[in-house]
Amino acid sequence: MKANKVLDAKGLACPMPIIRTKKAMGELSSGEILEVQATDKGAKSDLTAWAKAGGHELVDDAEQDGVFTFWLKKG
Amino acid sequence: MEKKKTTIVLFSGEYDKAMAAYIIANGAAAYDHEVTIFHTFWGLNALRKDAQVPVKKTFMEKMFGKMMPRGADKMGLSKMNFAGMGPKMIKQVMKKHNAMPLPDLIEMAQEQGVNLVSCTMTMDLLGLQKEELLDDIEYAGVAAYLGEASEGNVNLFI
Repeated sequence: MKANKVLDAKGLACPMPIIRTKKAMGELSSGEILEVQATDKGAKSDLTAWAKAGGHELVDDAEQDGVFTFWLKKG
Repeated sequence: MEKKKTTIVLFSGEYDKAMAAYIIANGAAAYDHEVTIFHTFWGLNALRKDAQVPVKKTFMEKMFGKMMPRGADKMGLSKMNFAGMGPKMIKQVMKKHNAMPLPDLIEMAQEQGVNLVSCTMTMDLLGLQKEELLDDIEYAGVAAYLGEASEGNVNLFI
């Protein structure tokens, strides 16, 4: 999926992935896609909840070799 | 849409408990909540500057000042403190797992606009003065806390 911005949050521990995601999302406009890469095992639950609360959409996610990738559409 | 609010009372003065409080505070700030941490009793030590600040104190206040951790980084653990070995061990493990140390979490909270509030009554009891605490914090009492907490969506006591 084509992203407007890619955030590398690999190796970061809670709560950093969500803080960085919030900052990165703030630089996008509504409808644009943010790709987040993380290795924190809680990232899926965290980002799903965070996106829902902020009115964003988790369009898709994938996992490969322990790296979770998420595509979030800004609401 | 009005912002949601999170308030945390940090009563405890241990590294692990303060870390939990500050992780939740930073998370809540990323959730776009208006976040306030009220520091009271032993939790005030999280706000202490690590350098000694020359201020006038009574004998008892001096004793308190010496016995309590001067700043977040000097706090002990609530479990497995092992006379100071515990914090050393946990800091090593944290480094390995890339977890943020408490002083960094506090700095991050300030950057994210979390309101750090110091309870003035317990400051008097423990003999802590404004000059000894971090800059850019607020000073208040129970009414200010209740004002925030009664509008709070998340209110925690740690």
